[in-house]
Amino acid sequence: MDSRYEVVIGLEVHVQLTTKTKIFCGCSKDFGQQPNSQTCPVCLGLPGALPVLNRQVVEDAIKAGLATNCQIAPRSIFARKNYFYPDLPKGYQISQFELPICEHGWLNIETEENGQKKIGITRIHMEEDAGKLLHSDGDSSQVDLNRACTPLLEIVSEPDMRSADEAIAYLKQLHQIVVYLGVCDGNMEEGSFRCDANVSIRPWGQEEFGTRAELKNLNSFRFIKQAIEYEVERQADLIDDGGTVVQETRLFDADKGTTRSMRGKEEAHDYRYFPDPDLVPLVVSDDWVDSVRGALPELPDSKLARYQQELGLPAYDAGVISAERDLAEYFEALVALHDNAKVCANWVMGEVSRALNENGIPVTACPVSPQLLAGILERIADNTISGKIAKTVFEDVWNTGKTADQIIDEKGLKQVTDTGAIESILDEVIAANQGQFEELKGGKDKLTGFFVGQVMKASKGKANPGMVNQLLKKKLEG
Amino acid sequence: MQLTDQTIHQLHQRLSSGEISSVALTEAYLQRIEQTDPEVNAYITICRDAALADAAAADKRIAAGDIDLLTGIPLALKDIFNSEGLRTTCGSKILDNFVSPYDATTVARLKARGAVILGKLNMDEFAMGSSNENSAAGPVRNPWDGERVPGGSSGGSAAAVAARQAVATLGTDTGGSIRQPAAHCGVVGLKPTYGRVSRYGVIAYASSLDQVGPLARDVEDCATLLGAVAGYDPADSTSVDRPVPDYLATLKDGVNGKRIGLPREYFIDGLDADVKCAVERAIETYRTLGAEIVDVSLPHTDYAVACYYLIATAEASSNLARYDGVRFGVRRDEGEGLIGMYQQTRAAGFGEEVKRRIMLGTYALSSGYYDAYYLKAQKVRTLIRQDFLDAFENVDLLLTPVAPTPAFKIGEKVDDPLQMYLSDIFTIPVNLAGTCGLSLPCGLSADGLPIGLQLIGKPFAEDELLQAAWAFENATDFSQLPQLAADR
Repeated sequence: MDSRYEVVIGLEVHVQLTTKTKIFCGCSKDFGQQPNSQTCPVCLGLPGALPVLNRQVVEDAIKAGLATNCQIAPRSIFARKNYFYPDLPKGYQISQFELPICEHGWLNIETEENGQKKIGITRIHMEEDAGKLLHSDGDSSQVDLNRACTPLLEIVSEPDMRSADEAIAYLKQLHQIVVYLGVCDGNMEEGSFRCDANVSIRPWGQEEFGTRAELKNLNSFRFIKQAIEYEVERQADLIDDGGTVVQETRLFDADKGTTRSMRGKEEAHDYRYFPDPDLVPLVVSDDWVDSVRGALPELPDSKLARYQQELGLPAYDAGVISAERDLAEYFEALVALHDNAKVCANWVMGEVSRALNENGIPVTACPVSPQLLAGILERIADNTISGKIAKTVFEDVWNTGKTADQIIDEKGLKQVTDTGAIESILDEVIAANQGQFEELKGGKDKLTGFFVGQVMKASKGKANPGMVNQLLKKKLEG
Repeated sequence: MQLTDQTIHQLHQRLSSGEISSVALTEAYLQRIEQTDPEVNAYITICRDAALADAAAADKRIAAGDIDLLTGIPLALKDIFNSEGLRTTCGSKILDNFVSPYDATTVARLKARGAVILGKLNMDEFAMGSSNENSAAGPVRNPWDGERVPGGSSGGSAAAVAARQAVATLGTDTGGSIRQPAAHCGVVGLKPTYGRVSRYGVIAYASSLDQVGPLARDVEDCATLLGAVAGYDPADSTSVDRPVPDYLATLKDGVNGKRIGLPREYFIDGLDADVKCAVERAIETYRTLGAEIVDVSLPHTDYAVACYYLIATAEASSNLARYDGVRFGVRRDEGEGLIGMYQQTRAAGFGEEVKRRIMLGTYALSSGYYDAYYLKAQKVRTLIRQDFLDAFENVDLLLTPVAPTPAFKIGEKVDDPLQMYLSDIFTIPVNLAGTCGLSLPCGLSADGLPIGLQLIGKPFAEDELLQAAWAFENATDFSQLPQLAADR
């Protein structure tokens, strides 16, 4: 990143909510349906139709506000943002302007240079989405209003980020939170989580902000980083050459990795915001906020800390497992059944994740339930099977849905713990590898593994490796 | 007495006794409309087939013993109400071809009771006007004098009742649009408290002021119709969840002991002498009926018209943005791109007064002017509402003229919007205050034109308003019917 100037970034994130119905009418917000099939007089903006606020949208906004340390306004107001566009049926968008539902929040992010850093969240407000224009050949376009009136949260940060990396860290954290809360599916490509970045630069030490450009069309973390970095360079070069940055909206071009001006389309809009007289002020009681707070899931930050402090997991393991709510819940269900948290974490990050990836299924559909997996882990813990055999048992449980005990029984996988039987195999191995045994005796410890391995092989994996080790030690001493 | 001269309560008895059928009654009305509408022009759309089908269905219900006060009664709607399958123009060229796919809640409520919808009534375009001269369907002529306006914007709704082209009608009132035409046409009109009646499906002019209400031949019909449409509607967030009283049950309770306030700001110099005289006689009548007459003050009255023309136009400028030619209505597109399509559609589709108000409202909401105009007007509105609430601490009702003059001549004020705006000077404050008001006939001018008396009630006290109106109506005889050319 350019070091000639200090970079200042503020982000506006649009989060599409996962409610069943739209924000101001009862239409389903199923996507991929026939154009204009998910519409009614309200979302078509027909004469005389009136909006009625979807309670679930308010609840989701409160959740997002609480999870980002915002104050929830006891009274907030919907406002009309007036502009003409064919995808905007009423000629105005119902949004919130002067009194949004959430204000004064913050998130902590991890930065490479400075450790933890607090990023302010100015506000979160509710609004409706517009429809979509389908541009066909020739000079006409088609309007699809299925998406019109679907609920969005707009989450506006303070201009607190000082690099593209900080911006990405903030966005990833916010993304994780809204997905965790279950209010958003997090799909960036499909636009469920979209970001506009306000980017400016200023000479080091200057307090006043530089003129900002607003970057749009950023639909992946990678593009956001590219776009910000390109824009910073562009502004720095411009200023160094004696030019000035103009306040404008710039579109990111993913193919070229550049941003270009949208000027002309965007000339100083006056949106003529005013309170929407069709909607009464939204009053949110303390009781409502408390009940939402009480039902909030544990957030990733808190899980991360708890996994380390209470379960003794290494930071890496805690990070991987807490990153995704469903995985964390799987892990927590497992830990409740099996008390060795580290072993649980190894299996969740290892076999479970591998098998899920290979089969392309989410953890919520994992055929090996935490109960079944705990059954396997118990048999390792009580020495019935070795860790290695356990992996084949896992495969069988995955494929058949049977319990570990059933499979161990059916396949005769029970570990050999009979000292006599193991000793006789060990004796055969020593007899067949007399030379190496002498070397081992002479202090070449590395060969321990060889002998244990040979015994395991000869026993088809069923010998208890711990006992093999003990017996081998005895032979060496003897 | 002609069938078409009768009231809801009279017709209800004859329908329920089987003396007449709804089909016959509807036929009589359709015939009357055919005879008289060329001189009145109250109807934009006459729904003959649908009305006769409604009537036949009503007759079946009645035969099965399922009869409500409105079952089989021929009514008509201001063309601002969405009504499924019927053309709904709102008096505008821009909606000339708009056939609504849905019913307004109020229309659905009337249909559920078995009412017959005769058609859609003329009005000032988008309810903007005080004379019904701003209609794409041409002016409505006052049944009392064809040279004169019927008032507006519900001019068709008032004229149709006076001309016996419907038993009763629904209108809307944003700044006087029910009460002023009711006064000019000599019928009873009621603007309910804001939130009393659902606005869902009623084309919006100024959302924070618009309210649906009845126009009828007498107070009892007015009470009946209000009772049928009033009440909470989950589809309208501004409708109020509060039980609807039985207006008919208390209608005849009288005004003995009621305190009636006369706001001194409403008895001004510019008041027409005949109007003044008629209202003064009405005051005497109330005194005789046992009411106590009290002098009160509504000190912010002078600001009401200015305040109204900022708030109403601001809301209208936004409400009318949806008429863009994209999804419905008449589109003009002469191939100059999207902006060109918007400009051509709206330039051709809207009339002069609508354009004037869109521009006024757009200006009032503009960045840099918002605080000085819209926000200031909202503050003044609060003061005006407080004036009324303060007055109602001491009195039960207020009594005022409805309009400063009787109906004026067609064309008389079209070139002077400010004079036109002042014809609503006594009705506008009631909308700003969000309370209820009623207009009822209280005499005729020297020219034989009806004069209206306005009663203003406390929020949600429509029952008291109707009681006081009924007491006056019962004690006087001002409910004459105008003679049309077709009647002579």
